[in-house]
Amino acid sequence: MTTITKTPSTTALSAGRAPEPRRDLKIATGLSHVALVAWALITAGPLLWVLLASFKSNTEIFLGKPFALPNQFSFETYANAWSDAHIGRYFLNSVFVVLISTAGTMLFGAMAAYVLARYKFPGNRAIYYLFVSGLAFPTFMALAPLFYILKGLGLLGSFTGLILVYIAYSLPFTIFFLAAFFKSLPYEIEEAATVDGASHVRKFFQIMMPMARSGLVSITIFNIVGQWNQYLLPVVIMSGPGADQKLLLTQGIAQISVSAGYQAEWSTLFAALVLTILPMIVVYAVFQRQIQSGLTAGAVK
Amino acid sequence: MRHGKYPFIIGFLVVPVALYVTFVVWAYIQAFYLSVYEWSGLGPVENFVGLGNFRKMWDDTLFWQSIKHNVFLLIFLPLITVVLALIFAFLLNVGGGHKGGVTRGVWGSKVYRIIFFFPQLLALAIVAVIFGRVFGPDKSGMINGLFPDSWSPWLFLADERYAMGCLLVVLVWQAVGFYVVLFSAGMGNIPTEVYEAAAIDGASRMTLFFRITIPLLWNTVQVAWVYLGIAAFDAFALVNIMTVDRGGPDGATSVLSLMIYRNAFEFSQAGYASALGVVLFFLTLTFAWVTLSATRRESVEA
Repeated sequence: MTTITKTPSTTALSAGRAPEPRRDLKIATGLSHVALVAWALITAGPLLWVLLASFKSNTEIFLGKPFALPNQFSFETYANAWSDAHIGRYFLNSVFVVLISTAGTMLFGAMAAYVLARYKFPGNRAIYYLFVSGLAFPTFMALAPLFYILKGLGLLGSFTGLILVYIAYSLPFTIFFLAAFFKSLPYEIEEAATVDGASHVRKFFQIMMPMARSGLVSITIFNIVGQWNQYLLPVVIMSGPGADQKLLLTQGIAQISVSAGYQAEWSTLFAALVLTILPMIVVYAVFQRQIQSGLTAGAVK
Repeated sequence: MRHGKYPFIIGFLVVPVALYVTFVVWAYIQAFYLSVYEWSGLGPVENFVGLGNFRKMWDDTLFWQSIKHNVFLLIFLPLITVVLALIFAFLLNVGGGHKGGVTRGVWGSKVYRIIFFFPQLLALAIVAVIFGRVFGPDKSGMINGLFPDSWSPWLFLADERYAMGCLLVVLVWQAVGFYVVLFSAGMGNIPTEVYEAAAIDGASRMTLFFRITIPLLWNTVQVAWVYLGIAAFDAFALVNIMTVDRGGPDGATSVLSLMIYRNAFEFSQAGYASALGVVLFFLTLTFAWVTLSATRRESVEA
């Protein structure tokens, strides 16, 4: 990757370097830091503000002074958000759906990508391009028909329907990415296994999947983040009678946000936001490197 | 050919293909089919109108307003995001100058990269909820809260002159970090000798940026442009959650995706919604094609 050292850059002027006045370099480096610090503040500011406001009363929020500390730190708003505003339930719904649909996406995506990448058979290219063409189409185009397909199958407002749709819409990119990956793996080991009498299924699970681990990890992260952040598909699919028990986190928060406008339960909304953002920060802090490379892997190669 | 190859191939493909054809392919085919019907979404599909939906679109002022807003985002979202991300990525990777055979970023570049990237992990829907409050039209809004009490608060989203600008700011806010990381990865692939040679020749940072980094990164920039352009066609979550009256005030923030959603699920105009979807389809394809051919140039071998 990149080469970064901890040495302060103000001392970066060395003997081997073409002469550049030291003062100019200092000013340029100073300006760089001003720009970078400014953007860091712009990035973190709104999030910090949400955190502070989650402890404030409505009156305090309407006083202004967004970055003043709250009068007292009470966790009552959090308890309200978790149980009364059902953030706890929405959170678990999201975890459940994303867990199953990502697992399904990875299993079916890897199976299809493997067969398409490494077996010759009539129709191979046709099926591959059918999948990959899905990358070019905007989801919005299919919105109304998708609704009626699910309705026809009796899957509207059900987790099953949502999970199947998540898997279906994640397949194009997953297959596109993994097919290229499987193609790049060496053939010798596979041939040795064939000579030893391993079945096709066994070769896939015991040889190819472990060899493809790094690619699988990247695309799994990509799918988890993408499916966790979905808003449009849940809004369309989790509708109808009884669906309010099955809202996902993004959908639930958006709904609280709209009703908070009228009922002025602002601190509950802010607490709900913190409960949503906090797990992301924790996971990101731990897996920061994998997440960054997993999400950008698709775009560079 | 080993025995049992075809049962295996079919066994592995049947579920993914079935799911994909049912929920994706069939839905897209249906969208084309429904676009020539004036159908409410209830009961059997009826009232064939041919190109009637498209004619209706031509006369629909909200449609043209939405297209205008999509084009606004299409121009400024990639432009601002790519420029900011290129500058930051350059500072983080090369800005620290060159010492002892190593080209480095400014001090603390790792921390900056972590902070900048974080918004990318938040759902656009959550970002919309946060910024709906950040742009609050009274003291409860973060920005207005920062101003002294004597100032009259800015209306932001409630003012049709600024509402689209606010949406653009939010999209840029979320996107920049991702492209900083993307461009950083690209810059990491540029051999340090190239920078070293230039530095020895006395090239300034400006020269390094415009003469070395940008040309060698052109392919990545091109990909970024297409990604951001496609993102600019969406913006549904932002408009649906953040704006006054969803797409307001007075249509000032309406976009094509919002129109499709509302026609399909609120105005019982499933046929018209599908026709709008078909238009979106062709706009997206045209955009990708134009961008890719307009930005194609001899890629510089690193």
